[in-house]
Amino acid sequence: MKVDLTVNGNKITADVEDRMLLVHFLRDVADLTATNIGCDTTSCGACTVLLDGESVKSCTVLAAQANGHEITTVEGLASNGTMHPVQRAFHEQHGLQCGFCTPGMVMAIVSLLKENPHPTEEQVRTGLEGNLCRCTGYHNIVRAALAAAEVSS
Amino acid sequence: MSIMGTRVIRTEDPRLLTAGGVYVDDLRTPELNAAARLTFVRSPVAHARITGVDASEALSEPGVVAVLTFRDMDDLTPPPPSSGEWDGSPAPLGGPWAEPLLAVDTVRFVGEPVAVVLTDGNYQGEDAADLVAVDYEPLPVVLGPEAAVANETLLFPAAGTNVCVAQPVPADDTPFDACDVVVERDIVNQRVACLPMEGRATAASFENGKLTVWVSSQNAQVSRFILAGALGMAPDQIRVVVPDVGGGFGAKIGIDRDTITIAWAARKTGRSLRWAETRSENLVAMTQGRAQLQHIKVGGSRDGHILAYRIDVIQDIGAYARIGGLLPFFTCLMAPGVYDIPDVQAGFRQAFTNTTPISAYRGAGRPEAAAAIERAVDLFAAEIGMDPAEVRRRNFIAPDKFPFQTKTGALYDTGRYEEALDKALAAAGYAQLREEQQRRRASGDPTQIGIGVASYVEITAPDPDAGETAKLEVADNGTATVYTGSSAHGQGHHTAWAMLVQDELGIPMDQITVIHGDTDLIPTGVGTYGSRSLQLGGSAVHKAALEVKDEARHHAAEMLEAAEADVVLDTVTGLWQVRGDPDTALSWAQVAGHTSGGSLIADVSFVQDRPTFPFGTHVSVVEVDTETGQVKMLRHVTVDDAGTVVNPVLTEGQRHGGIAQGAAQALLEEVLYDADGNPLTSTLADYAAISPPDLPSFELVASETPTDLNPLGVKGIGEAGSIGSTPAIQNAVVDAVSHLGVRHIDMPTTPQRVWAAINEARKASNQ
Repeated sequence: MKVDLTVNGNKITADVEDRMLLVHFLRDVADLTATNIGCDTTSCGACTVLLDGESVKSCTVLAAQANGHEITTVEGLASNGTMHPVQRAFHEQHGLQCGFCTPGMVMAIVSLLKENPHPTEEQVRTGLEGNLCRCTGYHNIVRAALAAAEVSS
Repeated sequence: MSIMGTRVIRTEDPRLLTAGGVYVDDLRTPELNAAARLTFVRSPVAHARITGVDASEALSEPGVVAVLTFRDMDDLTPPPPSSGEWDGSPAPLGGPWAEPLLAVDTVRFVGEPVAVVLTDGNYQGEDAADLVAVDYEPLPVVLGPEAAVANETLLFPAAGTNVCVAQPVPADDTPFDACDVVVERDIVNQRVACLPMEGRATAASFENGKLTVWVSSQNAQVSRFILAGALGMAPDQIRVVVPDVGGGFGAKIGIDRDTITIAWAARKTGRSLRWAETRSENLVAMTQGRAQLQHIKVGGSRDGHILAYRIDVIQDIGAYARIGGLLPFFTCLMAPGVYDIPDVQAGFRQAFTNTTPISAYRGAGRPEAAAAIERAVDLFAAEIGMDPAEVRRRNFIAPDKFPFQTKTGALYDTGRYEEALDKALAAAGYAQLREEQQRRRASGDPTQIGIGVASYVEITAPDPDAGETAKLEVADNGTATVYTGSSAHGQGHHTAWAMLVQDELGIPMDQITVIHGDTDLIPTGVGTYGSRSLQLGGSAVHKAALEVKDEARHHAAEMLEAAEADVVLDTVTGLWQVRGDPDTALSWAQVAGHTSGGSLIADVSFVQDRPTFPFGTHVSVVEVDTETGQVKMLRHVTVDDAGTVVNPVLTEGQRHGGIAQGAAQALLEEVLYDADGNPLTSTLADYAAISPPDLPSFELVASETPTDLNPLGVKGIGEAGSIGSTPAIQNAVVDAVSHLGVRHIDMPTTPQRVWAAINEARKASNQ
């Protein structure tokens, strides 16, 4: 079927298989490979992107369902070469190691801080329950989320 | 001021944060433009004979390029005959236990590769793989270590036993007979999934006689060596490229049969191929970790001295022995831990079961050793009614005894075990915690707290003579390039290596490029495992920098018309000068430009005389709801001493990750099978991977006791976190309910297990 998506501000029209997942659309059609696939049960959150500003797991959205909507991936987060406060906080707080969960983790935190600009540590941890990281023990990811909230306030 | 020991944030991050890493499946290299997608047909049964494979229906599907089975591997030479006896190396066992690339006539675990399907498109692969009809004639299944060693059903009948490696325990009861108190019990160190967030992934192309393999691995050069042997090719006909790797944790050491099969299929068909496993594939076919049944016996005096310790391990190695007998070997080597115990008896049997093969996972045999001895010390402490921290204190190897030769054959380099314990107890507020515990016990509060202590020592760079390579090149534009044989997958090698070069040469980090993981550029190297990178790979970089500096001094002296002894490098400005003459100044660009080749190059290898032995103490505080068995981690305080710290940011990151993986094993994670050998935890919906709300923030205490075995004074820190945290947390859970009569709860300490343990103890005390 024909779908029409706006990804990081760019309109992309493509003819795709009905069953194509949004994450495959982003990676294979839009050629944006930062969004990763870490599981097949919507459990790990590596594929988290924003759909009309709200976080979704792009492995559980069909490209067809995103038809006509706006998608933001981590590639679209920085503006004019300046990192988004959440990206910057990840860098400064050593919130990433191998980097595989990072794009999804960053997008989940962007969405979390939009809903709750001043979360407690516990709220950050609960808010990230659906995002797995195997490297950092979450310690510095939580620091990064709290630091980004601090900067944005 | 030296950059060493300072908090430098990573140079790797900006790219990973804005564009994302380039993992294997992200590669858009021209050789892979027309790549076909490869999908494995995997066994859905745990143990069976294959009586037929029919690919005709799959082949008639649109987009299917080929279906290949072992019958198509007629271009491969079988390996030379082998006795199958373990030679002490981390190589797979051959001989009667040899593992095929694709199943020949028998499958031995759910997930074993039977055939591969090549398709033009991504989604077509899974559709077509479902249509490959394989006839399986079920065989009896062997599950669990005890059934394995009972040898009633054999995985390899020709061998006559499931026990493939054994080191018999010298079961001498004499030292125990002399003890006031002896405690003996079984301890399960359960099977867990390694779970890097990026599963395994491989791409391969074969053009003009050269095979290129892109693989998510911890070791490009080792991978090339394995491919060359398996495919009968010369190493220089093969290029292995390791792009960004989304975590390894031991499960990506080298390559396994899946990657070799893909490389072979690319050569066989001439078609470039891509494969990135799904998570449900990963959770049955990537090697898993731990899986030991330990029988321990500990004896000592009522005044708290441990006099004898025995550990008898059955290692469930799964269906194939991928790294020989290395895991239980390390468990036995490290059996006595930080304690000076007069009599230590350690042995193991390693046996096959119809399950996913077991291999290295963060710590690889050493967490199992620490878990056993640290549980044993707590069991002994409970039996004599002494504080577990005090029992540890009374049995530590004294600081003046180093280097210390253990009864099991390890030679510990340096250690200050009591100091680590003291620091951890002080940071945790141990006395106050015990008071709080007493208050809660006295009040009968249903929510009790437990305090767990674990003191550990582990072995890092266990193969120091294999060493590591580094090539350093300073170009005539003043920039430096490091080619390292070590391999990065999140640790921050690029930042650390650049710091080492800046510190020696005064070339700023942003002028230094670090390259790893490409055998065309770096033909020799070992890679990353066993917490070896900084001490071997980093020391190699340091050595190369010193050699470059010596050569540069020679050139600078010529240029400045001074004696070499009078020429000095200012490592702050990166300028060469004649001592005492600030008007003379040569930049690295000028000095490199003076050489005949236009660059200064040092190509070195660093070997270390012996392994190093990091140590520390972890204190865990948990809350246990005695009515539901629910455990909540409240605090985790650690002292992890791995020698000199080059970059605290990176060291702390390694500790954080290790602590979390240890907590995962202590509290939640376990790979499970049903009675027929079907995996019950083959998706992340079923496997209880640890997530952010399961953990508190961690409290890290700094400690640095340098080793004299390398010029940097460093030991490994990659695995220490998991080695200390696992038993500390398990001990804390048991401690929380010890006043109810509970002495032990096997991991993972799930609510059900904790609740059952409390109930059993209550029943026992009512009788």
